Amino acid sequence: MAEPLALYVHWPFCVSKCPYCDFNSHVRESVDQQVWRAALLADLRHEAMLLPGRAVSSIFFGGGTPSLMPPATVAAVIAEAAALWGLTDDCEITLEANPNSVEVAAFADLAAAGVNRVSIGVQSFDPQVLEFLGRAHSGDEARRAIAAAQTCFPRASFDLIYARPGQGLADWEKELRAALAFGTGHLSLYQLTIEPGTRFATLAAKGELVIPDGDAAADLFDATQALTRAAGLPRYEVSNHARPGEESRHNLTYWRYGDYAGVGPGAHGRRTGQATERHKKPENFVAAVERNGYGIKGESDLPAHERATEAMLMGLRLNEGIDLRRVEARSGLGREAFVDAGAVARLTHQGLMRAAGDRLAVTDAGILLLDSILSEVVKTH
Amino acid sequence: MTTPLSHIRNFSIIAHIDHGKSTLADRLIQFTGGLTAREMSAQVLDNMDIEKERGITIKAQTVRLKYTAKDGETYELNLMDTPGHVDFAYEVSRSLAACEGALLVVDAAQGVEAQTLANVYQSIEHDHEIVPVINKIDLPAADVDKVKAEIEDIIGLPADDAVLASAKSGIGIEECLEAIVTKIPPPKGDAAAPLLAMLVDSWYDPYLGVVILVRVVDGVLKKGQQIKFMQAGTTHLIDRVGCFTPKREELTEIGPGEIGFITAQIKDVAQARVGDTVTDAKKPAAAPLPGFKEVQPVVFCGLFPTDANDFEKLRESIQKLRLNDASFSFEMESSAALGFGFRCGFLGLLHLEIIQERLSREYDLDLITTAPSVVYKLKLSHTKNEAAKEIELHNPADMPDPNRIDEIEEPWIEAVIYVPDDYLGPILKLCQDRRGIQKNLTYVGGRAQITYELPLNEVVFDFYDRLKSISRGYASFDYHQIGHRPGDLVKMSILVNNEPVDALSMIVHRGSAESRGRGMCERLKDLIPRHMFKIPIQAAIGGKVIARETIAALRKDVTAKCYGGDATRKKKLLEKQKEGKKRMREYGNVNIPQEAFIAALRMGDDA
Ligand SMILES: Nc1nc2c(ncn2[C@@H]2O[C@H](COP(=O)(O)OP(=O)(O)O)[C@@H](O)[C@H]2O)c(=O)[nH]1
Ligand SMILES: C[S@@+](CC[C@H](N)C(=O)[O-])C[C@H]1O[C@@H](n2cnc3c(N)ncnc32)[C@H](O)[C@@H]1O
Ligand code: SF4
Ligand SMILES: [Mg+2]
Repeated sequence: MAEPLALYVHWPFCVSKCPYCDFNSHVRESVDQQVWRAALLADLRHEAMLLPGRAVSSIFFGGGTPSLMPPATVAAVIAEAAALWGLTDDCEITLEANPNSVEVAAFADLAAAGVNRVSIGVQSFDPQVLEFLGRAHSGDEARRAIAAAQTCFPRASFDLIYARPGQGLADWEKELRAALAFGTGHLSLYQLTIEPGTRFATLAAKGELVIPDGDAAADLFDATQALTRAAGLPRYEVSNHARPGEESRHNLTYWRYGDYAGVGPGAHGRRTGQATERHKKPENFVAAVERNGYGIKGESDLPAHERATEAMLMGLRLNEGIDLRRVEARSGLGREAFVDAGAVARLTHQGLMRAAGDRLAVTDAGILLLDSILSEVVKTH
Repeated sequence: MTTPLSHIRNFSIIAHIDHGKSTLADRLIQFTGGLTAREMSAQVLDNMDIEKERGITIKAQTVRLKYTAKDGETYELNLMDTPGHVDFAYEVSRSLAACEGALLVVDAAQGVEAQTLANVYQSIEHDHEIVPVINKIDLPAADVDKVKAEIEDIIGLPADDAVLASAKSGIGIEECLEAIVTKIPPPKGDAAAPLLAMLVDSWYDPYLGVVILVRVVDGVLKKGQQIKFMQAGTTHLIDRVGCFTPKREELTEIGPGEIGFITAQIKDVAQARVGDTVTDAKKPAAAPLPGFKEVQPVVFCGLFPTDANDFEKLRESIQKLRLNDASFSFEMESSAALGFGFRCGFLGLLHLEIIQERLSREYDLDLITTAPSVVYKLKLSHTKNEAAKEIELHNPADMPDPNRIDEIEEPWIEAVIYVPDDYLGPILKLCQDRRGIQKNLTYVGGRAQITYELPLNEVVFDFYDRLKSISRGYASFDYHQIGHRPGDLVKMSILVNNEPVDALSMIVHRGSAESRGRGMCERLKDLIPRHMFKIPIQAAIGGKVIARETIAALRKDVTAKCYGGDATRKKKLLEKQKEGKKRMREYGNVNIPQEAFIAALRMGDDA
């Protein structure tokens, strides 16, 4: 029987644009909720038609700011997915939430709609930092949002951004300890990245914003590992930490290179070897759905090599690494076609990788060098 | 019909950069009707992109202007644009030798500057009549009196009659032309004597074959004539004679005193060497013109394609370039790490850079350049199987077993430097630091003429640049080789991650080995990106390490965030990193970027 399916739903709107953010997020005066609800449902139906006979094991509402979605729309999407495919008993339904009070007020309704996990974009508890990051919430709002999430939903997680300009080791350790004290089963801890096309990129180019260099960032990362491990939330992916069993099952599907359907603007999907991509701009997406009945911008069959490459790029982010047999099965290639055995031997010798049987993984010592490691280990063409 | 000697004037324009030489040349062409306003593209004389960008002339160019002067007579004026760098010193001297005078252009606001002087000295050496032109008088900051005083005091030329001009606004153009006619002497020559013409320059034209620029001294050059190159000893049949106005125009003949071009179905510029004498094959002149010099490459380096697959393309491109530039040489070379490439010889570093730039620009090639070297002579003792012998070494990587080397000789030059007094001290120090031996020091007016013997090795890399910067551009420099002399020279190897990088090895004087080694290690430390492990960089002579640096291990290189199921960015990043690696070479697991090899050229004075 076919593997279960993960479903990603993108909500592209935000109250304001954060200066570091390059996600597909847009600020609009008003959003026609009827139109959007209809468009997402139509897009969903189209995808279900092409991917029949699968049970949905996770749904993820990502953004943008999906906590701005009317809970009724969330409920409708979940209900439609259940009707079209059916949900597995333990289906994980996550929604990304911003910790603004209005949105937190909707938590109970969202839970009632079927959401059983939230991921809150806290970023920091420090008022000055929140302002620097252009966030619309306060530290107190963040704390209240986490507490509310812990009561409303069975599972809660939140995001922090660290390795910020001028952030010292002691500051970060203090902030992280406070974060761990909430006792959530999951945490996403991202080092600030300057993304091209963002306001931060302009400031960085002008020299007005300087992020910690590689060595300082590495020190912060090491401290993060020590504290989270001690608190029982070890890293299971580059930037994600969980109490064992509390990992984001939805994201694990990406990293393990399982199949996922992606609906909504800019969403990407993988239907066993086929890549799908939706129109990115909200207006174009809606227009496409109105015109065609779905929002797809492109579909393409991924060549075997590319499938193997993607599986490696995604899988080696995980602590558990990749199952080479699985990548072989998903790509139809022998491992010698996509793994550079010489590089693996060298990197294993250096303590940066682990290889045992069909398992290949990057070690704690290597994970911060993942991109360099990939460029040596992954054989393309 | 050739023009009578009395109605010919051959001149060049000399100026400091940006004082208006090109603009004035354009105006002269326009005024005399060589080109209509519509045909004028700015700076018609600078042909190649590289020339335009760098503001230097690499090939000599001439334009023949027809000018009817105020005396009612029509004159033939040949304007010669000369190459502008010491690497091409010989070509410059031949171009200047083809003229009787020069317009000296000085910016009315800037006054006399560095190259003004350097160029004037050269012009004076060729006995030119020099006509000062004060240009840019339209500028509000123009100070004609001050500039006149400078021309008289600093250069020592009378400036009372200087032409006042604005090349930009077209003021004083006719006055320039009048001054050329009245002040610059006509050439001398004898139409009845056997043909004697100087080969001023040559270049390859895809349509015409090799085009040869000549200055006729005696006799007449005609289409259909059988000519002989007296130095090369070859004979050719002229199939075209003509001149540039600046459009190419065909003529039936070129007479004494005139400058023009010929073609003779020659395929390779190497057959038409600058400075050779052209004579009539049937009625040859008794002796060639003086001053011929075999131009020989003095700097050698390896050029390797960054992508090994480009080797054939490199070969073809080098062959094509060579058609147009006989002064560089090449032969195939192979290196353990760089694969197949070519060992090339150049007139100097600028020449090297120009060739390298043309290869990458015109032929779209990514190249790795190895450390440049001069030619050493090695005396080797005999071995069991081989007698003692002497060899020439173009490539430090080919250095034989030091135990077999009895003696290493390096090429020396005699350099003549003119410089205003103010800069004398630092320049003497520079020469001294470069192991120079002072031969002579004289003063003329406010400037010194210094003669030094210097090892070429110490000069080719950056001496000229240093000289110019120390003297703020005022020093002029000329040199010729005076043979090889024994020196205390050693091969310095560079080891990256304990592996020798053959492309970076060089021969240095023992006394400066340590500081050069340190310089190299420091530079490489900055140029080689951090890797996943720490990398020792060492400079060594034989087995002895004389300098070392360590590149710390890279600690962070990871994409922190994930974009849901969108793998596009990660794939692009992977592609980019793989692409980047292609532009590097691997030694002992270390990827060395192309720039690191090129940087070996830029050994500053700290080295
Ligand atoms: N104002 C003014 N500018 C001039 C004059 N002649 C040349 N220029 C400008 O000076 C600059 C350098 O001129 P160019 O002819 O290229 O100088 P070259 O480097 O000596 O060949 C250009 O921007 C010209 O437009 C002039 O008579 N008056
Ligand atoms: C899809 S985003 C945003 C979700 C939600 N709209 C929010 O802002 O809270 C998911 C997470 O990525 C992280 N992130 C976004 N841009 C980042 C950047 N430039 N550097 C580091 N982390 C970033 C933030 O922690 C953010 O919560
Ligand atoms: S709220 Fe989240 S998605 Fe929206 S702009 Fe800010 S970081 Fe980006
Ligand atoms: Mg110019």
